[in-house]
Amino acid sequence: MGRTISYRQALQEALREAMLADSRVFLMGEDVGCYGGTYAVSKGLLEEFGADRVRDTPLSELGFVGAGIGAALGGMRPIVEIMTVNFSLLALDQIVNTAALLRHMSGGQFSVPLVIRMATGAGRQLAAQHSHSFEGWYAHIPGLRVLAPATVVDARRMLAQALADPDPVLFFEHAQLYNMEAELPDDDGGPQGSVDICSAAVRRVGADLSLITYGGSLPKALQAARELDAEGIAAEVIDLRVLRPLDDATVMASVRKCRRALVVDEGWRSVGIAAEIMARIGEQAFFELDAPPARVCSQEVPVPYARHLEEAALPQPAGIVAAARALFGKAT
Amino acid sequence: MSTGSPDGAQRSPAQREGPGVRATATEKPHIPAPPSGPVGWERGFSIGMLHDMLRVRRMEEKCAELYGQQKIRGFLHLYIGQEAVAAGAMRALAPDDELVATYREHGHALLRGVGMRAIMAEMYGKREGCSRGRGGSMHLFDKTRHFYGGQGIVGAGIPLAVGLALASRMQRSTRLGVCFFGEGAVAEGAFHESLNLAALWQLPLLFFCENNLYAMGTALRRSESQPDLCRKVGAYAIPALSVDGMDVVAVYEAVKAAAARVRGGSGPIFLELRTYRFRAHSMFDAELYRAKNEVDAWKLRGPIHTFSARLKQQGDLDEQAFQELDAKAQAEVADAVAFAEAGTLEPVQDLLRDLLTAPGDA
Repeated sequence: MGRTISYRQALQEALREAMLADSRVFLMGEDVGCYGGTYAVSKGLLEEFGADRVRDTPLSELGFVGAGIGAALGGMRPIVEIMTVNFSLLALDQIVNTAALLRHMSGGQFSVPLVIRMATGAGRQLAAQHSHSFEGWYAHIPGLRVLAPATVVDARRMLAQALADPDPVLFFEHAQLYNMEAELPDDDGGPQGSVDICSAAVRRVGADLSLITYGGSLPKALQAARELDAEGIAAEVIDLRVLRPLDDATVMASVRKCRRALVVDEGWRSVGIAAEIMARIGEQAFFELDAPPARVCSQEVPVPYARHLEEAALPQPAGIVAAARALFGKAT
Repeated sequence: MSTGSPDGAQRSPAQREGPGVRATATEKPHIPAPPSGPVGWERGFSIGMLHDMLRVRRMEEKCAELYGQQKIRGFLHLYIGQEAVAAGAMRALAPDDELVATYREHGHALLRGVGMRAIMAEMYGKREGCSRGRGGSMHLFDKTRHFYGGQGIVGAGIPLAVGLALASRMQRSTRLGVCFFGEGAVAEGAFHESLNLAALWQLPLLFFCENNLYAMGTALRRSESQPDLCRKVGAYAIPALSVDGMDVVAVYEAVKAAAARVRGGSGPIFLELRTYRFRAHSMFDAELYRAKNEVDAWKLRGPIHTFSARLKQQGDLDEQAFQELDAKAQAEVADAVAFAEAGTLEPVQDLLRDLLTAPGDA
């Protein structure tokens, strides 16, 4: 019998477990200590592990992400928390030009075992500058691994594996998921359970349509799948979970079975993850499709403050259902 | 304001009078007298130091020649003129101190102990290079020497050194983080964020700012509201000291003292090493931004001939010994070039290797 915990709690437990397991692990970022974490993920850790290992930083994203890379090179296992993906742009040079490149550029001499966690996504009326979904940008970069846990179990189990990865891992936590609760099975096959950081996961089995998504859009896709069921369309929901490297095999197996594919991505439509998934489907499963692949993405506009406009800008279950119906030639 | 140029160099009005320009082209930059005076070192130590500088000088002169022959491609940033900084600093540091340098790092790499053969092979893009031909001139790395590059983005290496120092502190190690960068980096946010973090956390970190007066073609006085770098650093409550970076004796003594202080738990220290690059910024630089007579005046302060002269004056060196030392450096260069020429190219099918860490290779 498992217990019911929140996504936030799952992350907190994972952090605590990691710090107990390995004295090289430490957490560093803005307000991770005294404040308890902007999203309360690190609440209580300062008291338990002290200020050396739960290290509050100044507002210096470039500086402390670079310091995280340096500490990783120096033999530590830092977890750097960037408050949100919006502020990660201030650290972009360190992430892209240093963390991602160092191993290859040095001829394989320097691995960077660094985990960078950050909140991502929109949906809380925070307006344009605090509502970005830039995980697709990072998924463009060779040398990075990009994770997007979308379930409580993944939130609980993926961090340990991210820390075990000798290369830089970006860990995107959708801000809309922190309060989500689910049962955490305690017979999940050991500390890592059934979770890995290589493959996509089938969250719902179906035979008619592959609904491919990740992160904060997973609950929306699952809701849409339930609505489609009522219309006799059995949607299979694929949670990409790992945005780089993409798990083509799981996606293509589903697409070959269902013969129709719809990608849901909170990123903007142009040049994004949805575009990449569709391109791969076109390359690998073109002749097995019964309809052109389709996508539901955010409208190409800065995310507005007003609630009704924000809702209209982001993928919503109704829009996913409509796009799915269109794939079957039904009226939307 | 006169529009004339003392050296007769052709300059456009924009180059002469950019916004915030404090000095006109007619203003004579202050150039101190050449380093002089007795050298209080054991003779063998002095000769070793001179040899270090000659090795860097001869290696880089050969690099420039090879660039002309298109054997070396890409960007090539020569250190010629600044050798006293790397030479003095490297001998004053411990072998396990963690070093981060810039894209003008050939001298730092060599004097840190990266083999000249491996450096030259890297310049050639050969598999035997210190970065397997993946890095080239700007990205020399050597894990065994605790040499973390070879960082090509101005200022970006500084936070790395902060992290290396932080790791040392958390591991209760005595090793220092050491960061070399140019005065151009002082305008970058990474510099300021790093100074603040290092001072806030009292990290065992040495900041070595090699002030060669020009960020590519932009003079310090044209880019900094406060061109006194030590005063700027003082705002972060970090001890800061200016050193004559053309004087290998001054550099060594200053670095040795600073390293001992930091190792003793003083927190970070900043050294401004006042130096000058005799060559162009890179091989693409027409040097429109500085006068030839300024370069010539600085050459009178050249680190190798001034140090040699001092050693000769006190009887530690004669011309024959100098020539022998120089010949030894040149022979090493010839050997390194032969090694690089004979090096092999990595097979194209290995292109994707070393992007991520292979299992068991962390």
